[in-house]
Amino acid sequence: MLTAFDNFPALLIWLPLLGALLAFFLRREGVAGRWALLSSLITFGVTVASLFFQGAQHYALTQVSYVWLPDIGSSFTLSLDGISWILCLLNAVSFPLILAFSLGSPRDRPHVFYGLMLLAQTGLNGVFLCIDALGFYFFWELALIPVYFLASLWGGERRVQAAFKFFLYTFAGSVLMLAGILWIQMRTADQSFSLASFYRANLDPAEQAWLFWAFFLAFAIKMPIFPFHTWQPDAYEQSDSPVTMVLSGVMVKMGVFALMRWLLPLFPDAFKRFDEWVILLCIVGMVYASCIAMVQDDLKRMVAYSSIAHIGLMAAAVFTVQAEAWHGVLVQMFNHGINIIGLWMVVARIEAQLGVRKISALGGLAQKAPSLAILLTVIALANIALPLTNAFVGEFLMFNGLYRHNPWYAGAAGLSIILSAVYMLNMIRNVFLGGTNTMTENFADISLRHRILLSLIVLTILFCGVHPEPMLSLVEQTSDLILKRVLTR
Amino acid sequence: MILSALWGVVMMFTGLATPSARMHGRLAILGMTLLTGAAWLDFIGFSLLSDSTAGGMLLFGTYESLFILLMSGCALLYLLLSVEPMSEGGSPISDPLALHFFVMTGICIVAGYRSLLMLFLGVEILSIPLYILSASDKKNLRSNEASLKYFLMGAFSTGLMLMGIALIYGTRGSFHLDALNIGLEALSPLMTAGIVLLMVSMAFKVSAAPFHFWTPDVYDGTPTVYTSFMATIVKGAAFFAFFRLFQDGLGRLHEHWRLLMAFLTAATLIIGNGTAVFQQSVKRMLAYSSIAQAGFMMLALFAMNQTARTGIVFYAVAYSLSTIGVFAVLARMKDHSFEAFNGLAGQKPLLALLITVFLLSLAGIPLTGGFFAKYQMIAATFLEGKMIWMAVLALLCAVLGVYYYFRIIQAMYFRSGSSMPPAISADLQAVLVVTALLVVALGIHPDWLLGMLSY
Repeated sequence: MLTAFDNFPALLIWLPLLGALLAFFLRREGVAGRWALLSSLITFGVTVASLFFQGAQHYALTQVSYVWLPDIGSSFTLSLDGISWILCLLNAVSFPLILAFSLGSPRDRPHVFYGLMLLAQTGLNGVFLCIDALGFYFFWELALIPVYFLASLWGGERRVQAAFKFFLYTFAGSVLMLAGILWIQMRTADQSFSLASFYRANLDPAEQAWLFWAFFLAFAIKMPIFPFHTWQPDAYEQSDSPVTMVLSGVMVKMGVFALMRWLLPLFPDAFKRFDEWVILLCIVGMVYASCIAMVQDDLKRMVAYSSIAHIGLMAAAVFTVQAEAWHGVLVQMFNHGINIIGLWMVVARIEAQLGVRKISALGGLAQKAPSLAILLTVIALANIALPLTNAFVGEFLMFNGLYRHNPWYAGAAGLSIILSAVYMLNMIRNVFLGGTNTMTENFADISLRHRILLSLIVLTILFCGVHPEPMLSLVEQTSDLILKRVLTR
Repeated sequence: MILSALWGVVMMFTGLATPSARMHGRLAILGMTLLTGAAWLDFIGFSLLSDSTAGGMLLFGTYESLFILLMSGCALLYLLLSVEPMSEGGSPISDPLALHFFVMTGICIVAGYRSLLMLFLGVEILSIPLYILSASDKKNLRSNEASLKYFLMGAFSTGLMLMGIALIYGTRGSFHLDALNIGLEALSPLMTAGIVLLMVSMAFKVSAAPFHFWTPDVYDGTPTVYTSFMATIVKGAAFFAFFRLFQDGLGRLHEHWRLLMAFLTAATLIIGNGTAVFQQSVKRMLAYSSIAQAGFMMLALFAMNQTARTGIVFYAVAYSLSTIGVFAVLARMKDHSFEAFNGLAGQKPLLALLITVFLLSLAGIPLTGGFFAKYQMIAATFLEGKMIWMAVLALLCAVLGVYYYFRIIQAMYFRSGSSMPPAISADLQAVLVVTALLVVALGIHPDWLLGMLSY
């Protein structure tokens, strides 16, 4: 029997899917976009409602399961617990923002664009909710394919190559994961793909080692962790802004989420052998990406590299297996998604008006566009993780965990935070302060639509920065439950 | 089987009786429908003939009947899609259509053989009409070259097969598969030579490397409609025969020929995928991709277990449906280069979507039949438990596959071009839609077919 709140995980899949299919048929001017926004708002409402219905028991796995492929051992099982909830919330918050933003700029074939966007949302929700390995793989690909088309159809001149590079990289990673999934399925007692059976599978250390790397590669490419990141700056730079927001705001979180849900609990022995290496990789990547971000003259590429640094910190914190660090990662995943969407919005507005993204060519925008400047400054400070902004909570907890694990690591990672302050503040100085030049003289302030959207983001930033408890308490129980499984086996 | 042979004769004579190409086409479709219906009756247990075992040399269980049913179903779809382009050449189509039915006879024989004699007969009945079909574009030099090449190489491999059968008969004194199924203790050098010769000749028929050299030229030279038939249904049947031979005939020696089979498989995967990447013509790319797909099917032969047994038929069906779909469009195009697909999505969105579905299936992307086909092969290899690297190699080759299949998708959607869109009639498009729906159905719910195949 399905009761009311058992249905929520299923609703979170079917609603956006239905919205996407409908959007493909709404060819009339302007209808598809509004429909997509409405659909994403409904999804947002359902996501929020799901929390209230579950009340205090949100750590428990509320599940909904359909019989799908009994012969193969896979059933379509969805579950909503703390860690999937926070990511579904990120998904549900991001899409209305992104869609409302993209409604402001007309594009050709809008029905295809919005249909694919909602399809991507379906896939993402599926990745976060599905606790059947085969279903997880399905959604993993289902999220990838619409984004591939989105990135190839709209964007810069080299978009086709950039999107294809992105697709091939991630596909190569995910087939290795598929091999791993099939292998584990054969080692389970009941030949099943369910997460519970996977947790109980008997894997000897040698097996765990290669399975660990097969899964890790898939997730590392997605996040991306140095040195698997080379697709990312190209893809971010070449894609249309709304697509970039989906990619960097929500999609890269798939990788971090998958580390916590799948990689560490499945291979605790292998993880204990390789954790130092992975953390080292992450930290090298952080410093490296921050250094490159400092010397970038292209706004989009700068934000792209800063994102690599932030994701690197999250991945490193996951591998410390400290309870606080995990809480920090989960909260930070949400907050980083919101912040980076805000940053992309600012970049996209500047590019839309002036047609350039070169930091050196800009200057003095604050005089011309005071509200844009103010809003951007808050978002930029949040990106540096200043206290009272949302990112501070997450980064503080992650550093705490990293420091306990090894103070040297925390020191090296801290360097990248300092560097991030350098390049963010530099950007503000060069783009917004100083005198105007011939190009920026006629810059107009942002429209009401964008003012509202950016203000919403800023409000979220401040609210989560001042009052992070609700979010922390939401993730704590699930996170600790998974962590216990990692540590006690 | 008998029906298909009879219908072939009927088709031949109608060529004399009436010159109307449309009539021939309809008659052929009617014949294939009857054949599919008969296969279905056979499958549900209602046998048309009381004794179809030919003195124990043939055996049709549910598995075999189902295979015939599936293949004739694919052939029916193929005919529905192909009669129109066939009749455009101007030459009478009753003869080629008759040849198709003779090939179907061969397929029925190789599906149910229990004796090496029947295997030989079946493979020959299958092959000889194909030699003629590949030369059916008489005025085209390339078509003639393809036919000659195919014939010479085919004759050579037939000789090898015959030699192998003779050697085995010499040691065992019987043609029956059961007589072959011996343990290691009874293995003599003559027998070993026979087995290797059989393996080589069958590898030739399924175009496994290093016996694949005929494939690209023959597929390229043959008129596109017939290439579609050769690359899908015929190849599926050849794989079925190959699998049967090594499962029922030589299953107990599995450990001893496994290494050789692994070599063939790996070579086929690498050569097929590696070469397909560099092709400039879609038709040649598909020829190499058919070698690549053969490599995946070879995994079933390598693994040789229950999953492989169901998987190989599933693979044949999923692969055939997708390939028939792509070839049906290609047959309507004058230009076979990648550029010919430029901007197709803008001109014919539905057609582009259908091609995309077929290509995604060939590439093995989830929610299409091709994914579960590849899934079954990898799972079978894992179940075998030996040489896991084979599965990893296959998956990496699948990534290469994505590269070359996506070139077409990129051309259709992301490049603008003033290419001549292929003239696809509404009827043809409807059949393509049905085919694509079948491909997706296999991807969402493969259980109905896998379930039927597993007993």
